[in-house]
Amino acid sequence: MELINTQNIEKALEKYKTTKLQDVKVWFKAASIHDFPTDGGACVKYKNKQIAVFNFTRSNKWYACQNICPHKMEMVLSRGMIGDAKGTPKVACPLHKKTFSLESGENLNGDLEAIATYPVKIDQENVYIGFSD
Amino acid sequence: MKHIIVVGNGMVGYKFCEKFVEKANKKEFKITVFGEEPRPAYDRVHLSEYFENQNAKALEMAPRSWYEEHDIKLVTNVRVTDIHRSSKTITTANDAHYTYDYLVLATGSVPFVPNIKGVEKEGVFVYRTIEDLEGMLAYAEKLNQEKTNAKAAILGGGLLGLEAGKAVLDMGLEPHVVEFAPKLMPRQLDSRSSKVLQLKLESIGLQIHLSKATSEILGDGKITGMQFGEDDRLAVDMLIISAGIRPRDELAKTCDLAMGTRGGIIVNNRMQTSDPNIYAIGEVALYNQMIYGLVAPGYDMAAVAVDQILGTEESLMAQHIDMSTKLKLIGVDVASFGEPFMPADKGHSIIFENKTQFLYKRINVSHDGKKLLGGILVGDASDYSMLHQIYLNGMAIPEDPAQLILPASDGGAAFGDVMDLPDEAQICSCESVTKGQICKSIEDGEATDLAGVVSCTKAGTGCGGCKPMVSDLTNATLKSLGITVKDHICEHFDYNRQDLYKIIQVKGYKTFNEVLDNHGNGGHGCELCKPLVASLMATINADTANEEYAIQDSNDRFLANIQRNGTYSVVPRVPGGEITPDKLIALGQIAKKYDLYTKITGGVRVDLFGATLNQLPLIWKDLISHGFESGHAYGKSLRTVKTCVGSTWCRYGMDESVSFGIELENRYRGIRAPHKIKGGVSGCIRECAEARGKDFGLIAVEGGWNLYVGGNGGANPRHAELFAEQIDNETVIKYLDRYLMFYMRTAKPLQRTAAWQERLEGGLDYLKEVIIEDKLGIAEDLEKEMQTLVNKFKCEWTQAINDPEMMKRFSHFVNSEEEDDNLVFVPMREQKMPEPWN
Repeated sequence: MELINTQNIEKALEKYKTTKLQDVKVWFKAASIHDFPTDGGACVKYKNKQIAVFNFTRSNKWYACQNICPHKMEMVLSRGMIGDAKGTPKVACPLHKKTFSLESGENLNGDLEAIATYPVKIDQENVYIGFSD
Repeated sequence: MKHIIVVGNGMVGYKFCEKFVEKANKKEFKITVFGEEPRPAYDRVHLSEYFENQNAKALEMAPRSWYEEHDIKLVTNVRVTDIHRSSKTITTANDAHYTYDYLVLATGSVPFVPNIKGVEKEGVFVYRTIEDLEGMLAYAEKLNQEKTNAKAAILGGGLLGLEAGKAVLDMGLEPHVVEFAPKLMPRQLDSRSSKVLQLKLESIGLQIHLSKATSEILGDGKITGMQFGEDDRLAVDMLIISAGIRPRDELAKTCDLAMGTRGGIIVNNRMQTSDPNIYAIGEVALYNQMIYGLVAPGYDMAAVAVDQILGTEESLMAQHIDMSTKLKLIGVDVASFGEPFMPADKGHSIIFENKTQFLYKRINVSHDGKKLLGGILVGDASDYSMLHQIYLNGMAIPEDPAQLILPASDGGAAFGDVMDLPDEAQICSCESVTKGQICKSIEDGEATDLAGVVSCTKAGTGCGGCKPMVSDLTNATLKSLGITVKDHICEHFDYNRQDLYKIIQVKGYKTFNEVLDNHGNGGHGCELCKPLVASLMATINADTANEEYAIQDSNDRFLANIQRNGTYSVVPRVPGGEITPDKLIALGQIAKKYDLYTKITGGVRVDLFGATLNQLPLIWKDLISHGFESGHAYGKSLRTVKTCVGSTWCRYGMDESVSFGIELENRYRGIRAPHKIKGGVSGCIRECAEARGKDFGLIAVEGGWNLYVGGNGGANPRHAELFAEQIDNETVIKYLDRYLMFYMRTAKPLQRTAAWQERLEGGLDYLKEVIIEDKLGIAEDLEKEMQTLVNKFKCEWTQAINDPEMMKRFSHFVNSEEEDDNLVFVPMREQKMPEPWN
């Protein structure tokens, strides 16, 4: 039982790999900027992936990361609250308030593994997420 | 390279390794450890915790990988059988030979099993290793299946025996403690304190038999009873022997090391045995003609042995060993320090005893009344750390030493400040951490908070008894450095909740950004300040959670309680717990329609679990069409007012508790507060609604209601305190309006009424002056503010489902109608539950 779960977790996580801007092969048009809350996030479906996209209206910046929280493997990060820790943009998981940097993906208040982050661009009021596959 | 062999991998053997790793040069020494038990060293002091969780890993001193990381060869499950001093070799049970340069014997002790007839019978156990516990658990389970009220006796009423008593309780057996001496814990307690402890233990279900000499274990093959003297018997199904320890010194016999007449390997103050290359530490070592059965001296011995072998530091074992102990036995504080039983020719004793509260405190002071020589505490050992420090450091005591143990009447402690302790005062005796080291870790910038101090000094990681003192020292040091322990909300605001309340109220702000831009430190805000501002906006402007949903806390954001797998639960309001059959049927049908796990909550309503984000508005549309409204189970707001049926039906009822409960629940529904609020209304003093466990509670009495405030269940249960007596409905509402509003104005974030009330300067009397006598002249404002909130109430779910913009958030994907495909439910008792986390 434990073995199966561990495999599932590895499988769930291996889908999500941090993508750098220079490695982007596909810019996926996710939705209109008006579909996202101001200073908040929503979840985007891309193939078999769930990507959390955050609109930092105050600084006019956008960030994207995996929707799955590496703590308990639930698809919830897009529903988390955003903010900053000493200037670093972050998201707090709604389940146990684990916080992650949206720049580096690192866990800011613990030692969970880092989450995968993705580049975002805005074109003609549409939100695009960059993938390498 | 020199080879050190450590025989024994218990707590002290492990401590030797830990100290060795800290200090040794790996190129000069290598180390091999033999442990006879199958697992690496574990915390035997907290062994009884194994009965609670059966998690052997949690008790480990360090995982096996720790030994590997530090190049320590750990050989478990192997017993060392012989020492050959001439060739400096040892032999193991599987006949392997190892050569040593230094040999460290840390073989510990074995339980002493008295020579009683029948002691070999089935069902007789000793209490020492995890394997012993596993054997007991298996036997107890068998007993519990065979009969309903199986009994287990513990032979020995000492420290370890009473620990075993807790184990027996946890196993679900009836515990009996049998002690040969006329008192419990004979080494630590005097007769009077033993009596107080006995009363307390009996009150929680332990039966104590003192002055009993066991002459025979009865039974045919397996134990059925114990025989004391001639015709005194106790029927028991199991026996745990905990009658003291004997050093495991048989290895010393194989090589003729000097030993004590009653066992133990004789060591000097360098921890060397009669062979200078062989050391002995812990419970096997006989030092000053004593075996020390406590972990702290064992740790000191390990440190001395490491220093001696490495030759880097000249450290010696102290001549006098402090045998002070503090522990929690079955939830009861017991402590003794210094000389607990002092003869009258050495000084005077001051004794405070209160059997109704199971309290006993005794201190012994010198004839001139200037020095504290020792003492005993039972029932409440919160002053132990301070008393122990005063004793250890010979600090001055008050002119009237009684102040040290008498409950302080003016609220001020008789003790000086923790900072008055000398730097060399040992705060953590398990890890030998001094006050100076603790303060220095902060002054040097290594640590900035309690967690940091604990991780860099290790203080508090042993028995944990010194934790309160470490915490006080940490706070005091931070304060002395000008680092105030701030109650600022977070890095984004230099204000506390009460400051922000006033700012928002005066300036009339409507959005989070206005507050952050005008009064914050820039940035974006965070998960601490955003929900707090949201809550204040709700209190001040009567906002619902829909207005600015992205600053709401997890649950408020989607007007539902997020559950383990990211789905939600739905709780409609059922005021006072009164519901028509039709509405109850509607609830059932809706639950069925959406396949929701259904449970009656502790707050007299129904919770429906497993709703996806996309389903929430659909479910609520159905509920609202059947006359339900939001229950605010997700908010820091009024939850329920629990009621008993009252005079409407009950033959004892004094008043209509249901009617009044409904009125109150409808009055305060939806208001946001620093934390959740629960109410209760009971129709008579039988208190079936458990109103005194609530933030506000009412009990009908002759001539009106008694109003109680500040009760709490949860982690720190507290009974609500009587606030006003025999008042009518109108007065109840007047006082409650004022009380709740005052709480909402002044409490800290996430502070329940109980904690708020407790920390309110002036306490309940002050609260009465403000609420009843209107000392501050704010009663009218408080009432007005509450009335505004009551008038402006609207159901946020009704509001949400009628506004397409507000509805946008109830979709798992922004670019797809699909639901989360990651959800897995498994069946459970005819319903479903989320797949367990691993």
